[in-house]
Amino acid sequence: MRDMRFTIPGQSLNREPFIDRIPDFQKKCEVMITDRGYKCKITNIVPLTSQEKLFLLRIVDPMERELFNFRPGQFLMLEVPGYGEAPISISSSSSNQEFIELCIRKAGHVTSAMFEARQGAMVSIRGPFGTSFPMEAMRGYDVLMVAGGLGIAPIRAPLFWIGNHRDWYKDVRMLYGAKEPSQLLFNYQFEEWKKVSNVNLMTIVEHPDDSWKGRSGMITALFDEFTIDQDNTFAIVCGPPVMFKFVCSHLDRLGIPMNRMFVSLERRMHCGMGKCCRCMVGSTFTCLDGPVFDYWSVMNLKEAI
Amino acid sequence: MIYKVISKPEFRAFVDALVSANTSYGPRQVDTSSQGEPIYQFMPVTSVSDIAFDYTVTASSAKHLLMPFRDELSRFSFSNGDWKQQVDYEAQPIVLIGLRPCDISAINTLDEVMLKGPYPSPYYLARRKNTFIIGMDHLPLPDCFCKSMNRHTVNHGFSLFCSDIGDRYYLAINSAKAFSCLKEFRIEEPSDEDNCLLIERRKLIKHSFETNIEVSGLPVFLDIEFDSPIWQKWGNKCLSCGSCAMVCPTCYCYSVEEQFDLDLKGSSRESHLYSCNLIDFAQVAGGHNFRPRNGDRLKYRYYHHYRGFAANDNHQICVGCNRCGRACLAGINPKDVINDLRLERESCVTCVSPFPDKA
Repeated sequence: MRDMRFTIPGQSLNREPFIDRIPDFQKKCEVMITDRGYKCKITNIVPLTSQEKLFLLRIVDPMERELFNFRPGQFLMLEVPGYGEAPISISSSSSNQEFIELCIRKAGHVTSAMFEARQGAMVSIRGPFGTSFPMEAMRGYDVLMVAGGLGIAPIRAPLFWIGNHRDWYKDVRMLYGAKEPSQLLFNYQFEEWKKVSNVNLMTIVEHPDDSWKGRSGMITALFDEFTIDQDNTFAIVCGPPVMFKFVCSHLDRLGIPMNRMFVSLERRMHCGMGKCCRCMVGSTFTCLDGPVFDYWSVMNLKEAI
Repeated sequence: MIYKVISKPEFRAFVDALVSANTSYGPRQVDTSSQGEPIYQFMPVTSVSDIAFDYTVTASSAKHLLMPFRDELSRFSFSNGDWKQQVDYEAQPIVLIGLRPCDISAINTLDEVMLKGPYPSPYYLARRKNTFIIGMDHLPLPDCFCKSMNRHTVNHGFSLFCSDIGDRYYLAINSAKAFSCLKEFRIEEPSDEDNCLLIERRKLIKHSFETNIEVSGLPVFLDIEFDSPIWQKWGNKCLSCGSCAMVCPTCYCYSVEEQFDLDLKGSSRESHLYSCNLIDFAQVAGGHNFRPRNGDRLKYRYYHHYRGFAANDNHQICVGCNRCGRACLAGINPKDVINDLRLERESCVTCVSPFPDKA
């Protein structure tokens, strides 16, 4: 009798990453990521507020460290072994191969576990995933960045990029709003951004306290204080969903074309690879087609913001 | 594809040999419904007598044999403040017997979703490559609407497909392995009579569909009807239990969860099949829910199935098996929802007809 077993022997599934050295923004992420994460050591923890901390991670394996290349605006899946995975946007300079900075708010299961972590703890990352801000396309233009609250975290990456390529861009302005003065993150870097990166930084808080001497009000109030060259400006907007509506419609009224406004959407991804559908907005995946969308696409997506 | 004919007793002998040598799943009666009708499921089988070849349709699809409800993605083991990650893509070979054309179509759809795009799923690939599928055609139930979705026949995605032509099976052999297994048995070249019988059988199946859903142009309809009150109406009925997604052959959305072992020496990351009807499907950190209402989530499911998403090239992924309709505790089925949606617009009196005299 013939052998009726049909086993396919040694189906070796090699999913080691193949790397496109120059990822193309227009294409989807070229880097193939295994389900095996890159092991990272938490080298430093900077407490920012009671709810937010900045974590500095260093990939342990030098080979993997070299493979991990990202572009401003992309996110990674942070794994705290035993607790789970959460999507976190990368908020360090993309030219910095040594460290990855993640600004994390204590919000859920995984981030709470991360908050308990001490220096030297080992976590794992997968990524980078998603689309990025078109930094090359902005060359020769003014750049307007609008951040609200924790929206500063993904905006720091393009900010560092601009600092490294300052002569590419003309006038760079950054608006940053928060609820309270104590919630303004990275205030120790404000002077550096202003002086070294030559960024025109304007801050505003919604509920000022006695020590606050700056502006107060909604972030849209800042638009009255300067003029925008609407034909030569790219805008990057990051913040809570409510802010997108106000800021983007305001910028739209000012005359910035919708395809030059970029927003970074927030969803709870579970796989990061366009499979689990948890991050679906309308008919697009936030993890593959996003998280950076131009405002035109977001306008056409239902239930996006 | 090679076409052969095999007699029914010989086919049973073939299946028996296959089943005894491999881990196999086939339709078995597991219970009887309150109306006294048998309930079938794809269950492990060890001999040919376990298999109900004349079954109507199973309550659940065969999806969970390729995408288990719980699937371990990776495993961590902790020691001395450090950890090691293990990822295992290996899959045991299995034989699936008695899948209907719509079930095989559904697997083809899953292939498209899981194996295309920038990140093919190795877990699915390993299982899919190690699966031997024997398909069998059937006469549709009164509420099947596979024909409307054009999934009542299938041309690829199986190893062997059997069409019932009286006392013989007309075999479509689609894999070398199936062909070499069949060589041990008496198979014949199909005669002209067999060919005629096959055509007759196909015609019979085609004309046996009682339920039809008009799906042409449905994507546009769905876009127009995004804010329709219909969704709220059906949403009010929906219990958000997720039964539809559990039995659906093409619902593949999942969540990834991680759990410590009881001895705290390790942990495992598992994917759990999920349903977009469950309330926290689109919830993000901080508690904001992008689809808080039942109607929103119901709508989302219909959008996924009848409009299609980017990942599957905007194809409709519903295969028309109506398992969700049968499983729904609130009596919601796709036929009613879609007809409701169409009727609302097509019988709308406020829309101005371009041909008033013909209206």
